[in-house]
Amino acid sequence: MARFLLRRALSAVLTLFAVSVLTFLMFFALPRDPVSGMCPKNCDPERLERVRQELGLRDPLVTQYAGYLKGIVTGRDLGGAQGGRCDAPCLGWSYVNNEAVTDTLARVLPVTLSIVIPAAILWLLLGVGLGLVSALRRGTWLDRAAIGFSLAGASFQLYFVGAVLLLVFVYTLRWLPVPAYTPLSTDPWRWASGLVLAWVSLAFLFSAIYARLFRAQLLETLSEDFVRTARAKGLPRSRVYGRHALRAAITPVVTVAGLDVGAALGGTVITETTFGIQGLGRTAVEAVRDGDLPTIMATVLVAAVFVVLANLLVDLLYAVIDPRVRFG
Amino acid sequence: MSERAERQDRRLAGRSPGQLAWLRLRRDRTALVSGAVLTLFVLVACGASLIELAYGIDPRDQFQGKLDGSGMPLGYAGGISTEHFFGLEPGLGRDIFIRLVHGLRWSLVIALAAAVLTAVIGVVLGTLAGYLGGWLDAVVSWITDLTLAMPFLVVALALTPTVTLRFYGQRDAVPPAFGIAVLIAIFAVFGWTSTARLVRGQVIALREREFVEAARASGAGLGHMLFRQLLPNIWAPILVSFSLAVPQFITGEAALSFIGVGLGEEIPSFGRMIYQSLEYLQTDPAFVFFPGVTIFALVFAFNLFGDALRDALDPKSVR
Repeated sequence: MARFLLRRALSAVLTLFAVSVLTFLMFFALPRDPVSGMCPKNCDPERLERVRQELGLRDPLVTQYAGYLKGIVTGRDLGGAQGGRCDAPCLGWSYVNNEAVTDTLARVLPVTLSIVIPAAILWLLLGVGLGLVSALRRGTWLDRAAIGFSLAGASFQLYFVGAVLLLVFVYTLRWLPVPAYTPLSTDPWRWASGLVLAWVSLAFLFSAIYARLFRAQLLETLSEDFVRTARAKGLPRSRVYGRHALRAAITPVVTVAGLDVGAALGGTVITETTFGIQGLGRTAVEAVRDGDLPTIMATVLVAAVFVVLANLLVDLLYAVIDPRVRFG
Repeated sequence: MSERAERQDRRLAGRSPGQLAWLRLRRDRTALVSGAVLTLFVLVACGASLIELAYGIDPRDQFQGKLDGSGMPLGYAGGISTEHFFGLEPGLGRDIFIRLVHGLRWSLVIALAAAVLTAVIGVVLGTLAGYLGGWLDAVVSWITDLTLAMPFLVVALALTPTVTLRFYGQRDAVPPAFGIAVLIAIFAVFGWTSTARLVRGQVIALREREFVEAARASGAGLGHMLFRQLLPNIWAPILVSFSLAVPQFITGEAALSFIGVGLGEEIPSFGRMIYQSLEYLQTDPAFVFFPGVTIFALVFAFNLFGDALRDALDPKSVR
């Protein structure tokens, strides 16, 4: 088990390293002049030159990258105009926001987490529940309704569902306030009521995929020999379904969930735009609009970290659920 | 031969897997309906210019006279009338129907081009990686894992303006064709890995089969092995993944336009229309409704058809 963990963690670190090189090349080697977009319209050549100096854009690319990486690992000294010392996970200085990128991230990350984590719990419960019901009641109207629901859900666009929900519950019925973020610690009720529409629309869209996936997987598992053996041994249905079949059928759901949650944490861009909530995704969009390179890079990197971490977690869960993985 | 024996003979006629799949597909009601809807959509997209001619309105025409003082369309449900089937946009007063028709065309062009590109790149690299193994397999698998770690929407969001700036200055007018090409390229670069992964797995499963060994033993070249021996055996999953990739790219294009990095203002796009319409959610819900329902119908039809195609090609599957 320990070796398995170590190998997985090592490969995750390697992937992150590769992603950081790739994003660095994408944003510092690809543009003709990375600074040109970073300075607002009234930027005199002198200031432009200073920004260039401070970012070390005159240095060879390898040196620039080494500096960036060093900043992440041990922190680094940025120029005077950039707030001086930048502590350990230093992702640079944003000239647009006039603050360290890590400060921006610290502000917006809780928002994205508050959107994604409850939504993920909701969509997993809903998806697995629907899949379970339709697999156990295969061929009935319940099954058809669940599958129809999930196919429709998979084809809806979040901004459309979000718009309809907003129109009905906020603007027409006035049951809910206009979506906004309130920290959970300040007021749990306002936190929930401000985000519930985002959770529901994300859950509606995502649970669709899980319902279909889980139904197919469960039906396949139920037709396997070991299930028949378990039934033949005289085990009750609930035990066969609940323990034997469920455990084997849940693994692909875990994989997809890992990918989805990772990707969603990396940027609920659409959700945040639809509901006008300022999280990581919205920050990325604004950084792109302002040409704020350090922030853009940081958001891509953070998003990648989430995906890689989620995958690592999935691998661990796999090892727990399925003993073959541990020893294979 | 007696008549009865003849009939029996006909019934036992050999059918290729392709013919069988086609028969199953034709018997499937969902496939028929979704196929018909898709055909309609494609016809509308192909005939966009003709429709424009018959409809008599250009997507850029503004009907300011049909808006009230605050820029809201006069009349019922966003100004629906026999002249303007889906009403008018608030503010600029452009016709929604003809803009949707044009948006549909570009959406389909981009999605189909991206799907074809990803299928070609994915199939070629996937078969080569699966069949040859070795360093090529290692590289392809590694790139596949890496792209999985890159959050697509965020990367595409960040990359589109960067690529555009590489070729055009800050204030240059970027031709629409360039924007479309960039979108297709980004979809292709990030999309081919899933096809490659699928194809690679299939090829690895086939690689050790007797018929492949037999062909190799009789001295078949690489091209023959790939295109005559392996590919004909895996076209079914490729076709299914292609048909399910198209709606994904439609959604992707709309999503990118929605966050404002997709197509420019001069090309009508579903995503951009919906983004603009959100501002009028309270005052003119019809403006949100029409683009939203159109893109839903398009993606739904593609998904249903892809699903039916999978059922037809793989009768064993329980999906």
